[in-house]
Amino acid sequence: MSEQTAGATGSEKAYNPRLELYKGFWKRFKKNKSALVGGIVVLFFILVAIFGPMLVNTDPNATDITNKLQPPSAEHWFGTDNYGRDIFSRIIYGTGLTLIVGFVSVMIGGIIGVLFGIIAGYYGGKIDTVIMRLMDVLLAFPGILLALAIVSVLGGSIQNMIIAIGIFSVPAFARIVRGSTLSVRKLEYIDAMRALGASDFRIIFKHVLPNVLSPIIVQATLRIATAVLTAAGLSFLGLGAQPPTPEWGAMLSAGRSYMAESPHMILIPGIAIVLVVLAFNIFGDGLRDALDPKANK
Amino acid sequence: MLKYIIRRVLQTIPVLIGVSILVFSLMHLIPGNPAQIIAGEGASEQTVRQIEERLGLNDPIHVQYFNYMSGVLQGDLGNSVRSGRAVSDEIAARFWVTVELSFYATVLAVFLGLMAGIISAVRRYTLADTAIMIVALFGLSMPNFWLGLVLIDWFAIGGDWLPEWAKLRPSGWGDSWRQVILPVITLGTGGAAIIARMTRSSMLEVINQDYIRTARAKGLTDRIVTYRHALKNALIPVVTVVGLEFGGFLGGAVLTETIFAINGMGRLTVQAITQRDFPIVQGAVLVLSVLFVFVNLIVDISYKLLNKRIDLN
Repeated sequence: MSEQTAGATGSEKAYNPRLELYKGFWKRFKKNKSALVGGIVVLFFILVAIFGPMLVNTDPNATDITNKLQPPSAEHWFGTDNYGRDIFSRIIYGTGLTLIVGFVSVMIGGIIGVLFGIIAGYYGGKIDTVIMRLMDVLLAFPGILLALAIVSVLGGSIQNMIIAIGIFSVPAFARIVRGSTLSVRKLEYIDAMRALGASDFRIIFKHVLPNVLSPIIVQATLRIATAVLTAAGLSFLGLGAQPPTPEWGAMLSAGRSYMAESPHMILIPGIAIVLVVLAFNIFGDGLRDALDPKANK
Repeated sequence: MLKYIIRRVLQTIPVLIGVSILVFSLMHLIPGNPAQIIAGEGASEQTVRQIEERLGLNDPIHVQYFNYMSGVLQGDLGNSVRSGRAVSDEIAARFWVTVELSFYATVLAVFLGLMAGIISAVRRYTLADTAIMIVALFGLSMPNFWLGLVLIDWFAIGGDWLPEWAKLRPSGWGDSWRQVILPVITLGTGGAAIIARMTRSSMLEVINQDYIRTARAKGLTDRIVTYRHALKNALIPVVTVVGLEFGGFLGGAVLTETIFAINGMGRLTVQAITQRDFPIVQGAVLVLSVLFVFVNLIVDISYKLLNKRIDLN
């Protein structure tokens, strides 16, 4: 018995298809230097978000009117704002907020969108028509307008902004997952599972979902970039984070009035947004190339 | 083809109904009493009642929707709760400004995007290709309103580059290119980046196909193969992106118009949200979305006309 187990473990070590898949993915991902850099920058921002506030000993909301609108210096690396608040500290604290908004909203949009997409693709027929027409309705609102409309009724706050961006992300996930589910559904092993008497629930979550995971991961990474941009836009309009929250979009909005004398007030939060979005975009592109080599021309 | 067009037009009807229901519901999704929120915290009960009466909020919901839709179909989008003016008048005064801004941004995005994408694909894996793709990635990752602020900071402060779209004639045309160039660049850059990336990948896909190899094998020059054979087919998927980008610009105009103080529909929407003037928010969102649906319809039909091989079933 024990020999048998040992034998089985040995053969698994010799060829584990899942492990081979990961190895192949990692090999392709490593080759893509820019994706690697994107991943490292994403990791850097995550570390800044977690540990940054512990290392910065300046309160991001501490005002010092005598030191207002100071350009970057040794004392204030990124300068100070119109209330004399340290911009470096505000950027560090804002990193966590930016990433939370990005991750949570995409998670909300992802879970709802994947469920809709997988149900539409798996069942087809009228269910598919109803769900996808609903997605078409959500997609009929151009750009930021859907998120804007939702925030306008719920009121401007970070929570409401997350909900709005989450809903805004739903159709993108639903469409991609539906497409992938349609192709997986036709595979023979799904028919085999059905013939063996597996329930729809089991087939969907145990067999279809793992097979459509790659496009979901890629889409989620790229959607975080979109979510960060949308959040910055909403906060810039005063419909997201409210003062004195150190949110980057809101910081840009505050810097608008002092642009001529203190351009660092708009340059620094803007560069921070660009870097985070850029990192997620590059990382997402790299993941797509590695997870779906066929898409890599 | 006619059958396809009819089917595609019919398909937009449920979408338009869905959009109208969602826009109508906006007012009813407000937590609490919408009339109280519109009136403000210190408003008297009488004022709240008046607003309820004016907006018909006491009627059953399906009656409210029916009344709203019969008004919309006759061009009546209600009245502003702040100025009392007809929402349709407020929108009509600004509609073309936003459409023109989005149109110029689309022209810029298509021009820059196509040029960059073609150069990148033709000179693939060279320094030029890498440089263009890096710039495109930056363009994609930049908040357009931030780019606008930077442009104002660099070019406009102290100069006469600031747009004066607020003083536009009804046609919406600016007095000089200087006044429109900054908002158009601000709005169009992200789209240019997307079109450049799309054109490059589409061109590369086409270049690898057999018929291109055949064209080369029969001795055609690179120039003819690239521009006469490859580009024509590579452009087909780009058409869809252009349509989507135009829609994106309609939405993006919200931010661009706000930073450049352009009196278009985007700025009107933001001001209405700040003032809790929901009939205007509903009207503006409805008009922009319906426009977007029609743009997509036209794009889909032209996509079919351009590429007859697509099986639309």
